[in-house]
Amino acid sequence: MRGYTKISLAVSAMLASISAHADYAWNFPEPVTPMALDTLHVHNKFMLIAMAIFFVVLAIMIYSIFAHRKSKNFKPLTDKAPSTIVEIFWTLIPFVILLWIDFVVMGIPAYHSVIMMEDTRDKANMVIKITGSQWRWQYEYMDGDAQGIKFVSNLATPKEQTDKGFAGAKDENYLLEVDNRLVLPVGAKVRILMTSADVMHNWWVPQFGSSRMAVPGFIRETWVQVEKAGTYRGQCKELCGKGHGYMPVVVDALPVEEYKKWVAAKKEELAKASAGADKEWTKDELVANGKVVYEKNCAVCHQVTGAGLPPAFPAITGSKVTNAPIFGADGKYLKDGHLDRVLNGIRVMPSWKALLNDTEIASVITYERNALGNSVGDILQPAQVKEARQ
Amino acid sequence: MSTTTVAHHEEHAEHPTGIMRWLTTTNHKDIGTMYLTFALIMFFVGGAMILGIRAELFKPGLQLMNPEFFNQLIGVHALIMIFAALMPAATGFANWMIPLQIGAPDMALPRLNNWGFWLLPPSAILLTLPFTLALFGIGDGALATGWTFYPPLSIQGGIGVDFAIFAVHLLGISSVLGSINIIVTVFNMRAPGMTLMKMPMFVWGWLITAFLLIATIPVLAGAVTMLLTDRHFGTHFFDAAGGGDPIMFQHLFWFFGHPEVYILLLPVWGFIPQILETFSRKPMYGYKAQVYSFWAVGALSVVVWAHHFFTSGMPVPALLYFMYSTMAISLPLAVMFFCWIKTMWKGSMSFETPMLFTVGWIILFGIGGLTGLVLADVAADAQYHNSYFIVAHFHYTLFAGGIMGIMAGTYYWLPKMTGHMYNEKLGKLHFWLTAISFNLTFIPQFFLGLAGMPRRIPDYALQFAEFNMISTIAAFTLGLSQLIFVYNIVTCARGGKKATDQVWEGAQGLEWTLPSPPPYHSFTEQPTVK
Repeated sequence: MRGYTKISLAVSAMLASISAHADYAWNFPEPVTPMALDTLHVHNKFMLIAMAIFFVVLAIMIYSIFAHRKSKNFKPLTDKAPSTIVEIFWTLIPFVILLWIDFVVMGIPAYHSVIMMEDTRDKANMVIKITGSQWRWQYEYMDGDAQGIKFVSNLATPKEQTDKGFAGAKDENYLLEVDNRLVLPVGAKVRILMTSADVMHNWWVPQFGSSRMAVPGFIRETWVQVEKAGTYRGQCKELCGKGHGYMPVVVDALPVEEYKKWVAAKKEELAKASAGADKEWTKDELVANGKVVYEKNCAVCHQVTGAGLPPAFPAITGSKVTNAPIFGADGKYLKDGHLDRVLNGIRVMPSWKALLNDTEIASVITYERNALGNSVGDILQPAQVKEARQ
Repeated sequence: MSTTTVAHHEEHAEHPTGIMRWLTTTNHKDIGTMYLTFALIMFFVGGAMILGIRAELFKPGLQLMNPEFFNQLIGVHALIMIFAALMPAATGFANWMIPLQIGAPDMALPRLNNWGFWLLPPSAILLTLPFTLALFGIGDGALATGWTFYPPLSIQGGIGVDFAIFAVHLLGISSVLGSINIIVTVFNMRAPGMTLMKMPMFVWGWLITAFLLIATIPVLAGAVTMLLTDRHFGTHFFDAAGGGDPIMFQHLFWFFGHPEVYILLLPVWGFIPQILETFSRKPMYGYKAQVYSFWAVGALSVVVWAHHFFTSGMPVPALLYFMYSTMAISLPLAVMFFCWIKTMWKGSMSFETPMLFTVGWIILFGIGGLTGLVLADVAADAQYHNSYFIVAHFHYTLFAGGIMGIMAGTYYWLPKMTGHMYNEKLGKLHFWLTAISFNLTFIPQFFLGLAGMPRRIPDYALQFAEFNMISTIAAFTLGLSQLIFVYNIVTCARGGKKATDQVWEGAQGLEWTLPSPPPYHSFTEQPTVK
């Protein structure tokens, strides 16, 4: 067993040195978790076995192709079937070789990898919850110092770069940059709970070696233990609609001290934001803030201009929902009204309840009613949203 | 295709001429020809779609299409290639060759046969119509969920999903009808003396395929019907909010989807050894071993489905079971590879186009099989799953293992079907262009997948640019090379050097005892097999 590991390390070192010379990558990126390291070893070993089988069989075929040709007047054998015991024995040899490779050479290490991959709970230092939605990730810290930290992570590549026909220079991390990165402490075993708000997603960072489908209505689990500080990038890898190529994952792994600082800073930032919910906002403030929220979250479907992409994504401009009152006579928000739609969603429209805070929802609704070609005139205060959530 | 060539052979075979001949025909060879022609046309329709995708992926950034349209192309490309190109091509050969190989005058259920074919054009229209409707502002285009229909994405989708569901229903009915016909024919119409264990391998391959189709197509039909009722009639089979489970759809879909791979491959595994024995001038090695391997693959294929979604999360025992059972498929395949190579070994080989395609097929399908073995490993699968690695893997099994096999069969039987020899030089050119550009298209995709490029994305990060560019250039070469194939088939159907009855020096079996092309009602006197 040890021999394989040595060979596979030698091969990966060789492949890595080739890739250093060009912009081509020939193998998995550098592993930074125990699981990714294990996966790389298993992958290299299995690939070597597969290549060995392939080239041995190919060599036999090529020899036969050159030696046993009609143009060389080779007289064919007339044996027909494995009729004697010896021939049956020969036919069973490939069967036995594969039996040994499948269930011993490959099967045993593969067993240990599976056990390791699925052991999400043992010695876990912290728990985070990841929620996929169209087309962003939401991260929530479930325990420890960071408990209560919760934020949404959106694509941060400038929109004009992803537009059709953009000809200029693209950012270095084109399509792999987000506004709020997930931050993890180096060395901690992080248990990840995965779910989805709408369709299937799959949270994947190649250097972590873990990937798990986010299933709406169910919790799935995986874990990571990043052993090297740095920034790691990945993408959603389950087709989830038109924005599937635009929901990257970016993780910053920080040394424990720096992580603690980040936790403190993030908590303060979130506290400030929720404090904003209690104050009275002016219309201009709400509209200005709403524009930012709209363009980050809503424009992907309803477009920056509010024109939408009918029939799948209706226009905001002149929309019945936008121009109707929000609240009924009893002071409760109307079913199928503007606030109901944003809070709870309908069909393709996601529910924003869990994704946006009170201020953001109030701002974006006010913005939609007083910009994008609409002029309803009323405003919605964060406090009203807070109350509506009860 | 063979209107004129068949007609002058037959005085006593009365049938309508012109378009009515093709609409009303119950003749197994005419229906076979229609299946093959349909498959060839749809091969180009599906190919054009994927070239659109490869053009979009030529460099980072969106150049040609928006992401919605991109998503429609990928799913419809797959459905067309699987259901409207590969399966009809295999069924076409079954119609043509099974009666000839077992010494029967026709298929057992000729009218059913006609119906089976005529279900295909409407379903192809159903699949592609939403593209056209969208141009007129009706609906938002075709199925955009990939060919796998995973809910809840497919529940969100537009009318394209409904069209695709009905198309799949029609295609499924067609496949089941064809399968029933093949089973009835094989069990009842073999020439005297042809016991089951004397049947040609191709007939064996199709017999197992037919059973797999009958076992799995109803499950697919049920799953997409549940999807339809979830979409329109308020059921919650796949909606967790109503007590359903979206993962259940994946189980149902892949219970069909995995055997489907072998449904596409078993007919090819059937005629590959026949081509090998012909051009090695040496009887096939290990006939019984291959038949038993077919049974083993058929049985295993229905118990390994969940390896298509290891990353969706399952209990450890389930992961282990599906991993080991998947690995076990390599056992019968190892025996088959051994028999194929042993058939070549110490033969007297010559390398006409069918043999070139067959040898190339063994090598490339070998790559598909071996990468499949690696994919069975659950932990490593977390990396490969839904990356370009898997795209490369299944194109090695389905393009190399499926379509290149069908091409080998086409060149092998074309002289028998048309009565003319095709252009050997063009055939060889077609092989080399196909084999080289195929590898240049998909080898880069293995590396893209390992580096972390997910599949089904319309735009990608800059680090993936070089390999995508190579892949796109090679894909266009691959696509254009297929025009040689069509040219060769059409000229061969229209005329050329007369083919002898036996066509190939080493050809064995009943189909080579008939004239080329065979008379309208294949065997008028029943042959006997010793």
